[in-house]
Amino acid sequence: MNAVLNSIARLGRSVLDGAQHAGSMALFAIELAWVLIPTWSRPRDILQQVYAAGVLSLVIILVAGGFVGLVLGLQGYNILSNFNATESLGVMVALSLVRELGPVVAALLFAGRAGSAITAEIALMKTTEQLAALEMMAVDPMRRVIGPRFWGAMISVPLLAAMFSLVGIVGGYLIGVVVLGVDGSSYWGQIHEQMEAWDDVGGGAIKSLAFGAVIALISVYEGCRAEPTASGMARATTQTVVLSSLAVLGLDFVMTAFMFGA
Amino acid sequence: MNVQRGVELVVGLFVLAGIAALMVMALQWSNFGSSRVAGYEVTARFDNVGGLTVKSPVKLAGLTIGRVDSIEIHAETFQAEVRMVIDDQYDNLPTDSFANIYTSGLLGSQYVEISPGGALESLEDGDRITMTQSAIILESMVSKFLFDKAKE
Repeated sequence: MNAVLNSIARLGRSVLDGAQHAGSMALFAIELAWVLIPTWSRPRDILQQVYAAGVLSLVIILVAGGFVGLVLGLQGYNILSNFNATESLGVMVALSLVRELGPVVAALLFAGRAGSAITAEIALMKTTEQLAALEMMAVDPMRRVIGPRFWGAMISVPLLAAMFSLVGIVGGYLIGVVVLGVDGSSYWGQIHEQMEAWDDVGGGAIKSLAFGAVIALISVYEGCRAEPTASGMARATTQTVVLSSLAVLGLDFVMTAFMFGA
Repeated sequence: MNVQRGVELVVGLFVLAGIAALMVMALQWSNFGSSRVAGYEVTARFDNVGGLTVKSPVKLAGLTIGRVDSIEIHAETFQAEVRMVIDDQYDNLPTDSFANIYTSGLLGSQYVEISPGGALESLEDGDRITMTQSAIILESMVSKFLFDKAKE
Protein backbone atom coordinates (compact mmCIF):
# COMPACT_ATOMS: atom_id res chain seq x y z
CA MET A 1 0.00 0.00 0.00
CA ASN A 2 2.73 2.35 1.01
CA ALA A 3 4.76 1.48 -2.08
CA VAL A 4 1.85 2.43 -4.32
CA LEU A 5 1.39 5.73 -2.49
CA ASN A 6 5.10 6.43 -2.79
CA SER A 7 5.17 5.87 -6.50
CA ILE A 8 2.12 8.08 -6.96
CA ALA A 9 3.84 10.75 -4.87
CA ARG A 10 6.97 10.42 -6.99
CA LEU A 11 4.87 10.94 -10.13
CA GLY A 12 3.28 14.00 -8.55
CA ARG A 13 6.67 15.39 -7.60
CA SER A 14 8.06 15.02 -11.09
CA VAL A 15 4.99 16.77 -12.54
CA LEU A 16 5.43 19.59 -10.03
CA ASP A 17 9.14 19.81 -10.86
CA GLY A 18 8.36 20.01 -14.54
CA ALA A 19 5.78 22.71 -13.94
CA GLN A 20 8.23 24.65 -11.83
CA HIS A 21 10.88 24.33 -14.52
CA ALA A 22 8.49 25.60 -17.17
CA GLY A 23 7.32 28.42 -14.93
CA SER A 24 10.79 29.64 -14.08
CA MET A 25 11.74 29.46 -17.74
CA ALA A 26 8.72 31.61 -18.60
CA LEU A 27 9.69 34.15 -15.93
CA PHE A 28 13.23 34.13 -17.27
CA ALA A 29 11.88 34.70 -20.79
CA ILE A 30 9.93 37.75 -19.62
CA GLU A 31 13.01 39.10 -17.85
CA LEU A 32 15.03 38.50 -21.01
CA ALA A 33 12.42 40.14 -23.23
CA TRP A 34 12.95 43.41 -21.34
CA VAL A 35 16.61 43.58 -22.29
CA LEU A 36 16.33 42.34 -25.87
CA ILE A 37 15.96 45.79 -27.41
CA PRO A 38 18.47 47.57 -25.11
CA THR A 39 21.00 44.86 -26.03
CA TRP A 40 21.19 46.43 -29.49
CA SER A 41 22.86 49.49 -27.96
CA ARG A 42 26.06 47.42 -28.21
CA PRO A 43 25.78 45.76 -31.63
CA ARG A 44 29.43 44.64 -31.46
CA ASP A 45 28.54 42.15 -28.70
CA ILE A 46 25.81 40.64 -30.85
CA LEU A 47 28.10 40.52 -33.86
CA GLN A 48 30.67 38.61 -31.88
CA GLN A 49 28.01 36.07 -30.90
CA VAL A 50 26.73 35.69 -34.45
CA TYR A 51 30.30 34.85 -35.33
CA ALA A 52 30.71 32.32 -32.51
CA ALA A 53 27.32 30.66 -32.97
CA GLY A 54 26.61 31.11 -36.66
CA VAL A 55 29.77 31.46 -38.71
CA LEU A 56 31.59 28.73 -36.83
CA SER A 57 28.62 26.37 -37.38
CA LEU A 58 28.74 26.91 -41.12
CA VAL A 59 30.97 23.96 -41.91
CA ILE A 60 28.85 21.35 -40.14
CA ILE A 61 25.63 22.83 -41.53
CA LEU A 62 26.85 22.96 -45.13
CA VAL A 63 28.40 19.50 -45.07
CA ALA A 64 25.31 18.00 -43.43
CA GLY A 65 23.04 19.81 -45.89
CA GLY A 66 25.00 18.47 -48.81
CA PHE A 67 24.82 14.91 -47.57
CA VAL A 68 21.11 15.12 -46.73
CA GLY A 69 20.50 16.38 -50.28
CA LEU A 70 22.55 13.54 -51.75
CA VAL A 71 20.66 10.93 -49.75
CA LEU A 72 17.28 12.46 -50.59
CA GLY A 73 18.26 12.42 -54.25
CA LEU A 74 19.23 8.76 -54.14
CA GLN A 75 16.25 7.56 -52.14
CA GLY A 76 13.82 9.74 -54.03
CA TYR A 77 15.15 8.46 -57.34
CA ASN A 78 14.68 4.85 -56.25
CA ILE A 79 11.11 5.40 -55.13
CA LEU A 80 10.05 7.69 -57.96
CA SER A 81 11.47 5.40 -60.64
CA ASN A 82 8.90 2.81 -59.51
CA PHE A 83 6.21 5.20 -60.71
CA ASN A 84 8.15 6.44 -63.74
CA ALA A 85 8.10 9.87 -62.16
CA THR A 86 11.78 10.68 -61.75
CA GLU A 87 11.17 14.14 -63.28
CA SER A 88 9.50 15.00 -59.98
CA LEU A 89 12.75 14.32 -58.11
CA GLY A 90 13.60 18.02 -57.96
CA VAL A 91 10.36 19.12 -56.42
CA MET A 92 10.41 16.23 -53.96
CA VAL A 93 13.92 17.07 -52.78
CA ALA A 94 13.26 20.81 -52.72
CA LEU A 95 9.97 20.68 -50.86
CA SER A 96 11.16 18.20 -48.24
CA LEU A 97 14.23 20.36 -47.61
CA VAL A 98 12.59 23.76 -47.65
CA ARG A 99 9.53 22.81 -45.63
CA GLU A 100 10.90 20.31 -43.13
CA LEU A 101 14.43 19.03 -43.21
CA GLY A 102 16.17 22.38 -43.65
CA PRO A 103 14.66 24.10 -40.62
CA VAL A 104 14.53 20.98 -38.41
CA VAL A 105 17.88 19.35 -39.10
CA ALA A 106 19.72 22.68 -39.12
CA ALA A 107 18.10 23.51 -35.77
CA LEU A 108 19.03 20.12 -34.28
CA LEU A 109 22.63 20.44 -35.45
CA PHE A 110 22.77 24.00 -34.19
CA ALA A 111 21.50 22.94 -30.76
CA GLY A 112 24.26 20.36 -30.54
CA ARG A 113 27.02 22.51 -31.97
CA ALA A 114 26.29 26.01 -30.66
CA GLY A 115 23.46 25.76 -28.12
CA SER A 116 25.49 23.51 -25.85
CA ALA A 117 28.48 25.85 -26.20
CA ILE A 118 26.40 28.84 -25.13
CA THR A 119 25.10 26.94 -22.11
CA ALA A 120 28.58 25.78 -21.13
CA GLU A 121 30.01 29.27 -21.46
CA ILE A 122 27.34 30.92 -19.33
CA ALA A 123 27.41 28.10 -16.79
CA LEU A 124 31.18 28.40 -16.45
CA MET A 125 30.88 32.17 -16.02
CA LYS A 126 28.39 31.51 -13.27
CA THR A 127 30.53 28.81 -11.66
CA THR A 128 33.59 31.04 -11.57
CA GLU A 129 31.42 33.91 -10.30
CA GLN A 130 32.09 36.13 -13.29
CA LEU A 131 28.41 36.96 -13.55
CA ALA A 132 28.36 37.98 -9.88
CA ALA A 133 31.48 40.08 -10.47
CA LEU A 134 29.79 41.89 -13.35
CA GLU A 135 26.85 42.64 -11.11
CA MET A 136 29.24 43.99 -8.47
CA MET A 137 30.53 46.42 -11.09
CA ALA A 138 26.96 47.50 -11.80
CA VAL A 139 27.03 45.83 -15.22
CA ASP A 140 23.81 43.98 -15.94
CA PRO A 141 24.86 40.45 -17.03
CA MET A 142 21.44 40.01 -18.62
CA ARG A 143 22.24 42.83 -20.99
CA ARG A 144 25.94 42.25 -21.58
CA VAL A 145 26.24 38.46 -21.49
CA ILE A 146 22.89 36.81 -22.00
CA GLY A 147 21.12 39.18 -24.38
CA PRO A 148 23.86 39.12 -27.04
CA ARG A 149 24.06 35.32 -26.90
CA PHE A 150 20.31 35.05 -27.33
CA TRP A 151 20.42 37.33 -30.35
CA GLY A 152 23.43 35.57 -31.82
CA ALA A 153 21.62 32.22 -31.83
CA MET A 154 18.31 33.70 -32.88
CA ILE A 155 19.85 35.43 -35.92
CA SER A 156 22.02 32.50 -36.95
CA VAL A 157 19.46 29.70 -37.08
CA PRO A 158 17.24 30.99 -39.92
CA LEU A 159 20.28 31.92 -42.00
CA LEU A 160 21.88 28.54 -41.46
CA ALA A 161 18.62 26.75 -42.26
CA ALA A 162 18.30 28.62 -45.55
CA MET A 163 21.85 27.71 -46.54
CA PHE A 164 21.24 24.11 -45.48
CA SER A 165 18.24 23.83 -47.81
CA LEU A 166 20.06 25.52 -50.68
CA VAL A 167 23.07 23.23 -50.44
CA GLY A 168 20.75 20.23 -50.10
CA ILE A 169 18.87 21.06 -53.28
CA VAL A 170 22.19 21.40 -55.12
CA GLY A 171 23.25 18.04 -53.63
CA GLY A 172 20.05 16.44 -54.91
CA TYR A 173 20.82 17.93 -58.31
CA LEU A 174 24.31 16.45 -58.27
CA ILE A 175 23.19 12.94 -57.52
CA GLY A 176 19.96 13.01 -59.51
CA VAL A 177 20.99 14.86 -62.64
CA VAL A 178 24.73 14.45 -62.88
CA VAL A 179 25.06 10.90 -61.59
CA LEU A 180 21.70 9.19 -62.20
CA GLY A 181 20.76 11.01 -65.37
CA VAL A 182 17.45 12.67 -64.49
CA ASP A 183 16.66 15.43 -66.98
CA GLY A 184 18.20 18.60 -65.58
CA SER A 185 15.68 21.05 -66.94
CA SER A 186 12.77 19.07 -65.51
CA TYR A 187 14.55 18.93 -62.14
CA TRP A 188 14.57 22.73 -61.98
CA GLY A 189 11.36 23.11 -63.97
CA GLN A 190 9.31 21.06 -61.52
CA ILE A 191 10.73 23.00 -58.59
CA HIS A 192 9.95 26.21 -60.38
CA GLU A 193 6.43 25.09 -61.10
CA GLN A 194 5.46 23.75 -57.71
CA MET A 195 7.43 25.51 -54.99
CA GLU A 196 5.54 28.49 -53.57
CA ALA A 197 7.53 31.52 -52.49
CA TRP A 198 5.30 32.34 -49.53
CA ASP A 199 3.85 29.05 -48.43
CA ASP A 200 6.93 26.89 -48.80
CA VAL A 201 10.03 29.07 -48.58
CA GLY A 202 8.37 31.62 -46.29
CA GLY A 203 6.81 28.91 -44.15
CA GLY A 204 10.18 27.24 -43.73
CA ALA A 205 11.76 30.56 -42.79
CA ILE A 206 9.09 31.23 -40.16
CA LYS A 207 9.64 27.77 -38.72
CA SER A 208 13.38 28.21 -38.46
CA LEU A 209 12.90 31.64 -36.87
CA ALA A 210 10.74 30.04 -34.18
CA PHE A 211 13.25 27.21 -33.71
CA GLY A 212 16.03 29.77 -33.36
CA ALA A 213 14.14 31.60 -30.62
CA VAL A 214 13.39 28.38 -28.75
CA ILE A 215 16.96 27.07 -28.91
CA ALA A 216 18.38 30.45 -27.93
CA LEU A 217 16.04 30.72 -24.93
CA ILE A 218 16.72 27.18 -23.72
CA SER A 219 20.50 27.56 -24.14
CA VAL A 220 20.82 30.75 -22.13
CA TYR A 221 18.28 29.67 -19.54
CA GLU A 222 19.99 26.35 -18.85
CA GLY A 223 23.31 28.18 -18.55
CA CYS A 224 21.90 30.62 -16.02
CA ARG A 225 20.23 28.09 -13.77
CA ALA A 226 23.08 25.53 -13.90
CA GLU A 227 24.33 24.35 -10.54
CA PRO A 228 27.71 26.03 -10.06
CA THR A 229 29.65 22.77 -10.04
CA ALA A 230 31.41 20.66 -12.65
CA SER A 231 28.63 18.08 -12.73
CA GLY A 232 26.02 20.86 -12.74
CA MET A 233 27.60 22.27 -15.90
CA ALA A 234 27.62 18.86 -17.52
CA ARG A 235 23.96 18.38 -16.68
CA ALA A 236 23.09 21.82 -18.01
CA THR A 237 24.72 21.24 -21.41
CA THR A 238 23.04 17.84 -21.74
CA GLN A 239 19.75 19.38 -20.75
CA THR A 240 20.14 22.05 -23.43
CA VAL A 241 20.62 19.54 -26.21
CA VAL A 242 17.83 17.24 -25.01
CA LEU A 243 15.31 20.00 -24.33
CA SER A 244 16.05 21.95 -27.52
CA SER A 245 15.81 18.86 -29.69
CA LEU A 246 12.48 17.84 -28.17
CA ALA A 247 11.17 21.39 -28.30
CA VAL A 248 12.17 21.77 -31.96
CA LEU A 249 10.55 18.49 -32.98
CA GLY A 250 7.39 19.13 -30.96
CA LEU A 251 7.07 22.70 -32.17
CA ASP A 252 7.68 21.51 -35.71
CA PHE A 253 4.69 19.22 -35.53
CA VAL A 254 2.44 21.97 -34.19
CA MET A 255 3.62 24.53 -36.75
CA THR A 256 3.34 22.06 -39.61
CA ALA A 257 -0.19 21.19 -38.54
CA PHE A 258 -1.10 24.88 -38.62
CA MET A 259 0.78 25.90 -41.77
CA PHE A 260 0.53 22.91 -44.09
CA GLY A 261 -2.18 20.78 -42.51
CA ALA A 262 -5.71 20.53 -43.91
CA MET B 1 43.40 44.98 -40.57
CA ASN B 2 42.68 44.04 -37.00
CA VAL B 3 40.91 40.97 -35.72
CA GLN B 4 37.68 42.74 -34.84
CA ARG B 5 37.35 44.03 -38.37
CA GLY B 6 37.95 40.53 -39.75
CA VAL B 7 35.16 39.17 -37.56
CA GLU B 8 32.87 41.95 -38.68
CA LEU B 9 33.58 41.20 -42.30
CA VAL B 10 32.98 37.47 -41.90
CA VAL B 11 29.73 38.04 -40.02
CA GLY B 12 28.59 40.47 -42.69
CA LEU B 13 29.32 37.89 -45.38
CA PHE B 14 27.54 35.21 -43.34
CA VAL B 15 24.39 37.30 -43.00
CA LEU B 16 24.46 38.23 -46.68
CA ALA B 17 24.95 34.60 -47.71
CA GLY B 18 22.02 33.49 -45.54
CA ILE B 19 19.71 36.15 -46.90
CA ALA B 20 20.89 35.44 -50.44
CA ALA B 21 20.13 31.73 -49.99
CA LEU B 22 16.61 32.56 -48.85
CA MET B 23 16.09 35.03 -51.68
CA VAL B 24 17.37 32.65 -54.35
CA MET B 25 14.96 29.96 -53.17
CA ALA B 26 12.03 32.34 -52.70
CA LEU B 27 12.40 34.46 -55.81
CA GLN B 28 14.38 32.46 -58.36
CA TRP B 29 13.56 28.83 -57.76
CA SER B 30 9.97 29.04 -56.60
CA ASN B 31 7.05 29.94 -58.82
CA PHE B 32 7.16 33.48 -57.49
CA GLY B 33 5.81 35.77 -60.17
CA SER B 34 5.33 32.99 -62.67
CA SER B 35 1.92 32.18 -61.21
CA ARG B 36 0.80 35.49 -62.66
CA VAL B 37 2.26 35.14 -66.09
CA ALA B 38 2.41 38.22 -68.18
CA GLY B 39 -0.40 37.38 -70.51
CA TYR B 40 -3.95 37.96 -71.54
CA GLU B 41 -7.09 36.71 -69.85
CA VAL B 42 -9.61 34.40 -71.42
CA THR B 43 -12.69 32.92 -69.76
CA ALA B 44 -14.60 29.76 -70.44
CA ARG B 45 -17.72 28.31 -68.83
CA PHE B 46 -17.91 24.64 -68.03
CA ASP B 47 -20.83 22.56 -66.75
CA ASN B 48 -18.45 20.75 -64.45
CA VAL B 49 -14.80 21.49 -63.78
CA GLY B 50 -14.14 18.27 -61.90
CA GLY B 51 -10.83 18.51 -60.08
CA LEU B 52 -9.57 21.60 -61.88
CA THR B 53 -7.99 24.05 -59.46
CA VAL B 54 -6.47 27.51 -59.50
CA LYS B 55 -2.97 27.28 -61.06
CA SER B 56 -3.82 24.18 -63.07
CA PRO B 57 -2.01 24.38 -66.40
CA VAL B 58 -3.59 25.48 -69.66
CA LYS B 59 -2.11 23.46 -72.48
CA LEU B 60 -1.93 23.66 -76.23
CA ALA B 61 -0.87 20.49 -78.02
CA GLY B 62 0.35 19.19 -74.67
CA LEU B 63 2.58 22.16 -73.88
CA THR B 64 1.78 24.52 -71.02
CA ILE B 65 0.87 27.96 -72.36
CA GLY B 66 -0.89 29.43 -69.34
CA ARG B 67 -2.51 28.94 -65.94
CA VAL B 68 -5.98 28.89 -64.46
CA ASP B 69 -6.33 32.13 -62.54
CA SER B 70 -9.70 31.73 -60.85
CA ILE B 71 -12.77 29.52 -60.87
CA GLU B 72 -16.13 30.97 -59.92
CA ILE B 73 -19.79 30.13 -60.31
CA HIS B 74 -21.47 32.21 -62.97
CA ALA B 75 -24.60 33.50 -61.25
CA GLU B 76 -27.04 33.19 -64.18
CA THR B 77 -26.05 29.99 -65.89
CA PHE B 78 -24.92 28.08 -62.78
CA GLN B 79 -21.86 27.05 -64.71
CA ALA B 80 -18.30 27.29 -63.48
CA GLU B 81 -16.54 30.26 -65.01
CA VAL B 82 -12.84 29.55 -65.38
CA ARG B 83 -10.55 32.52 -65.93
CA MET B 84 -7.23 31.63 -67.53
CA VAL B 85 -4.13 33.67 -68.14
CA ILE B 86 -2.37 32.73 -71.36
CA ASP B 87 1.15 33.77 -72.21
CA ASP B 88 1.34 36.75 -74.59
CA GLN B 89 3.56 34.68 -76.83
CA TYR B 90 0.50 32.68 -77.92
CA ASP B 91 -1.74 35.56 -78.96
CA ASN B 92 -2.91 34.04 -82.22
CA LEU B 93 -5.37 31.42 -80.92
CA PRO B 94 -8.49 31.44 -83.14
CA THR B 95 -11.74 32.73 -81.56
CA ASP B 96 -13.52 29.45 -82.23
CA SER B 97 -11.02 27.41 -80.25
CA PHE B 98 -12.33 24.62 -78.09
CA ALA B 99 -11.59 24.24 -74.36
CA ASN B 100 -11.60 20.74 -72.83
CA ILE B 101 -10.83 19.60 -69.34
CA TYR B 102 -8.59 16.56 -69.44
CA THR B 103 -6.80 14.48 -66.88
CA SER B 104 -3.10 13.83 -67.14
CA GLY B 105 -2.68 10.10 -66.71
CA LEU B 106 -5.43 7.95 -65.28
CA LEU B 107 -5.54 9.54 -61.85
CA GLY B 108 -3.40 12.62 -62.38
CA SER B 109 -4.27 16.28 -61.99
CA GLN B 110 -6.60 17.98 -64.40
CA TYR B 111 -5.83 20.68 -66.93
CA VAL B 112 -7.46 22.74 -69.66
CA GLU B 113 -6.52 21.74 -73.17
CA ILE B 114 -7.13 24.28 -75.90
CA SER B 115 -7.88 22.87 -79.33
CA PRO B 116 -7.48 25.61 -81.92
CA GLY B 117 -10.34 26.25 -84.33
CA GLY B 118 -10.23 27.65 -87.81
CA ALA B 119 -11.40 31.27 -87.42
CA LEU B 120 -9.23 34.07 -88.77
CA GLU B 121 -9.68 36.42 -85.80
CA SER B 122 -7.73 35.55 -82.69
CA LEU B 123 -8.70 35.58 -79.02
CA GLU B 124 -7.98 38.78 -77.13
CA ASP B 125 -7.86 39.88 -73.52
CA GLY B 126 -11.27 39.39 -71.87
CA ASP B 127 -12.70 37.14 -74.59
CA ARG B 128 -14.71 34.05 -73.81
CA ILE B 129 -14.25 30.63 -75.29
CA THR B 130 -17.80 29.49 -75.96
CA MET B 131 -17.17 25.91 -76.95
CA THR B 132 -16.23 23.84 -73.94
CA GLN B 133 -16.34 20.28 -72.80
CA SER B 134 -16.60 19.46 -69.12
CA ALA B 135 -14.39 17.25 -67.09
CA ILE B 136 -15.20 13.60 -67.46
CA ILE B 137 -16.52 12.28 -64.19
CA LEU B 138 -15.68 8.63 -63.86
CA GLU B 139 -18.78 7.76 -61.80
CA SER B 140 -21.22 9.25 -64.28
CA MET B 141 -19.48 7.45 -67.10
CA VAL B 142 -19.65 4.14 -65.29
CA SER B 143 -23.31 4.59 -64.35
CA LYS B 144 -24.19 5.58 -67.92
CA PHE B 145 -22.43 2.51 -69.22
CA LEU B 146 -24.25 0.25 -66.77
CA PHE B 147 -27.58 1.91 -67.56
CA ASP B 148 -27.10 1.34 -71.27
CA LYS B 149 -26.14 -2.27 -70.65
CA ALA B 150 -29.26 -2.80 -68.56
CA LYS B 151 -31.46 -1.47 -71.37
CA GLU B 152 -30.17 -4.02 -73.86
